[in-house]
Amino acid sequence: MFGSLDLATIWFLIVGVLLTGYAILDGFDLGVGMLLPFTKTDQDRRLMLNSIGPVWDGNEVWLLVGGGALFAAFPDVYATVFSGFYIPFMLLLACLIFRAVAIEFRSKEPGAWWRNFWDWSFSIASYLIALLMGVALSNIAMGLPLRPDKEYGGGFWNLFHPHSLVLGLTTIALFMMHGSIYAVMKTDGELNTAMRRLSKSAMIFFGVTYGLLTIVTMVFAPHMADKIRELPWLFVLPLIGFLAIANVPREMTRNREGAAFVSSSVAIGTLLGLFGLGIYPNLVPSMPNPELSLTIRNAVASQKTLETMTVIAVIGVPFVLAYTIAIYRVFRGKVDPAHMHY
Amino acid sequence: MNVEILARLQFAFTTFFHYIFPPISIGLGLMLVVMEGAWLRTGNEMYKRMAHFWVKVFALVFGIGVASGIVLEFEFGTNWATYSRYVGDIFGSALAAEGVFAFFLESGFLAILVFGWHKVTPKWHFFSTCMVALGSTFSAVWIVVANSWMQTPAGFKIVGEGTTARAEITDFWAMVFNPSTVDRLSHTVVGAWITGAMLVVSVSAYYVLKNRHLDIAKAGLKMGLVFALVSCGLQIWLGHQSAIGVAKNQPSKFAAMEGHYDSDKPIDLTVLGAVDEQNGRVSGLTLPGLGSTLMGGPDVRATGLTDIPARDRPPVQLTFQMYHLMVFLGVALTLLVVVANVLLATGKLWTNRAVLGMLVGAVVVPHVCNQAGWIGAEVGRQPWIVFNLLRTSDALSKVVTAEHVLASLVMFIVLYALLGALFVYLLNKRIQEGPEDATWPENPTLDDPTGSVKEPLLSEAKR
Ligand code: HDD
Ligand code: HEM
Ligand code: HEM
Repeated sequence: MFGSLDLATIWFLIVGVLLTGYAILDGFDLGVGMLLPFTKTDQDRRLMLNSIGPVWDGNEVWLLVGGGALFAAFPDVYATVFSGFYIPFMLLLACLIFRAVAIEFRSKEPGAWWRNFWDWSFSIASYLIALLMGVALSNIAMGLPLRPDKEYGGGFWNLFHPHSLVLGLTTIALFMMHGSIYAVMKTDGELNTAMRRLSKSAMIFFGVTYGLLTIVTMVFAPHMADKIRELPWLFVLPLIGFLAIANVPREMTRNREGAAFVSSSVAIGTLLGLFGLGIYPNLVPSMPNPELSLTIRNAVASQKTLETMTVIAVIGVPFVLAYTIAIYRVFRGKVDPAHMHY
Repeated sequence: MNVEILARLQFAFTTFFHYIFPPISIGLGLMLVVMEGAWLRTGNEMYKRMAHFWVKVFALVFGIGVASGIVLEFEFGTNWATYSRYVGDIFGSALAAEGVFAFFLESGFLAILVFGWHKVTPKWHFFSTCMVALGSTFSAVWIVVANSWMQTPAGFKIVGEGTTARAEITDFWAMVFNPSTVDRLSHTVVGAWITGAMLVVSVSAYYVLKNRHLDIAKAGLKMGLVFALVSCGLQIWLGHQSAIGVAKNQPSKFAAMEGHYDSDKPIDLTVLGAVDEQNGRVSGLTLPGLGSTLMGGPDVRATGLTDIPARDRPPVQLTFQMYHLMVFLGVALTLLVVVANVLLATGKLWTNRAVLGMLVGAVVVPHVCNQAGWIGAEVGRQPWIVFNLLRTSDALSKVVTAEHVLASLVMFIVLYALLGALFVYLLNKRIQEGPEDATWPENPTLDDPTGSVKEPLLSEAKR
């Protein structure tokens, strides 16, 4: 049906787009969660949570669909990575559970300890999720010790090294910045002023970690830049990324937080794009035996399944985009304190 | 304990917990459509208050359903990696379709359902409610399709051998409409309708008994009872269809469900009893030969357990008991619902405290049926994870150790115990508070569609 189209590459891209969509959308939810401890009153925290209340679940579905698409298009990758990263994944699941129920439970009781407990759960889970994602990305970038039967041959502690810790921190900083901009867009009054101040700190935090990340990547994972060395025109990608990042503080000082939000979204997109470019055509590069890598050729599902899924995507995605946009439009504008939910 | 037992326990426990919530979401979702539809048609504000109250319950249920569902989606990869490699080609597309068609729909429109009362027109709100109900039903479709394929695989070929063998799709629609999909999907969804209807019935009956919120309670009780009557009737017939399908496609499961040992003898129908696995017979209240009659005639025969090699037999006692529990309770519930409907039609229900009391308690019955049905269906499929193709013991993750699975199992037990307790506490609190009084929704400081705490906002207080 799809002739000579390289569906494996297309699905590499689709999985990438889904996970990028997740990072951009749930990224600001996570960021808002991380900022909760820096607010003063219960009212402030309610406003913050309300700003993401209607959308966070839909945002998280991007992760579920990304995971589902990975399962369907590259079953070996899904199996190897999820069973190999068993403990971090269980931690991630615990965090996702806590986040989902914390936002639902927190306003159901008036007691201060009750609210504090759920607010802290929400916040700590947000930090951990970002950290774990950074660690996972770093390990894939560096290559995993894969066995000939496609299974993961390393242990839990192998996952932690300077590069993964720096990337974890960078992810935290990036989402914090992204979330603070969103919070500025969604609030007014004193809370808005406070968020503006926080967003400055977050931008500095991100600038520092990003610089560090560039250095550790040069040292530990220089191969990530190989393709750019081969095809210099690809250099526009890191350039766009850099400009987008630099544009964030510029727009913020001019009080154009909408444009700043677009810039930080573009920054997230290009960073993940660079990551995808760095590993392609591998999905899970193997170190120290590169010939054992899981690639878009040896880990892919059958042509028939890819075709079916492409049809599903072509039918489904326009609907998804249409009502996602419609729903964001319904909830546009500042959070209205007269209609409080959480 | 070995990895296999632990991984199975973990899967059973996490699906058990998850499956408390989806049937409520699906069934209550449909009830919400009816309630809001009634409001739009009649313009009666009572229906709006009713819908508003049940939306809050829905949001609570949905939240925990989501939290526990995420675990399942990833558990295939973490605990059942070999299975994932084997069926990824088939199972993955169903899971991806579920995400694209169902989860986006549900979670997106849920925002409007819960948060959108003041943001959109009533018609749009009603539309969103319909979309949420549709979305949760869709998610049942794809997951049950995937599970039915594991019961009765179709539309595939096996590629490769030994440890690298895997199933590849050859015919998508044959995979989707495998021999058990239609029976099992309809049975599962109607089971969810019963679950949702009985929740509304139970809470409404409680209010009638306590003499509270009578307008909403009586209307809800009527709506729920009629809904439950239709669904229960359908369900018995659909369950019967499922049983015929199982006898045809999964003889070992059928033999275990009925405790049927001798292929040459007619199938008996046991009402209540126990399997004597040593001697290969069933003791208890048994109607000889009635099973055969129900399956088509007194001469109908089915493969007995003695003709199935021991290594291919499922655990008989558990499968038998779960199946019989479901059928017994299903019939009992149907009788109760019939009686209540008769009392309703003759106007005697409101004063019959005994029946009202039973209706309050009956809320757990569909849940027991749902869980028993799944346990029967899944345990009866053993020792296969994909029937006659892949054994459960071969489906595990190779690199995961027993300690890891045990640790995560303990984590889930602790977490879910906490969530379960909080759920019951908050649900009860919600019910005790009841629907808002008739002045709603004019006073915005009281407006708190998902939360229940009513406090003057700081910004209001300062003014
Ligand atoms: C008969 C219906 C049914 C069954 C058998 C299952 N689910 Fe479920 N699931 C639903 C019906 C449902 C639902 C009604 O759509 C839920 C429940 C509450 C909710 O929020 O959506 C849901 C939520 C839900 C979510 C969260 C979706 C979100 O964030 O919006 C995931 C990832 C799964 N499920 C995955 C699974 C998996 C992997 C299952 C199999 C083992 C499974 N479900 C069994
Ligand atoms: C489609 C993917 C599914 C897979 C791969 C799967 C796999 C399994 C496995 C491996 C077990 C353990 C077997 C045993 O302990 O005997 C199990 C048990 C069980 N499953 Fe499924 N299952 C799936 C879908 C479902 C669904 C959708 C439900 C319903 C919510 C469900 C409900 C159960 C229950 C209740 C048990 C308990 C059996 C027991 O106690 O042992 N399963 N499943
Ligand atoms: C009263 C007569 C009933 C009969 C004869 C019946 C029959 C069956 C059979 C034969 C199965 C196994 C299907 C399979 O493994 O492929 C099954 C499964 C199941 N039943 Fe029932 N059932 C009845 C009532 C109920 C009720 C009242 C509920 C819930 C409210 C329910 C919920 C379920 C569920 C959730 C499953 C697992 C999904 C599936 O396999 O279809 N059943 N039932």
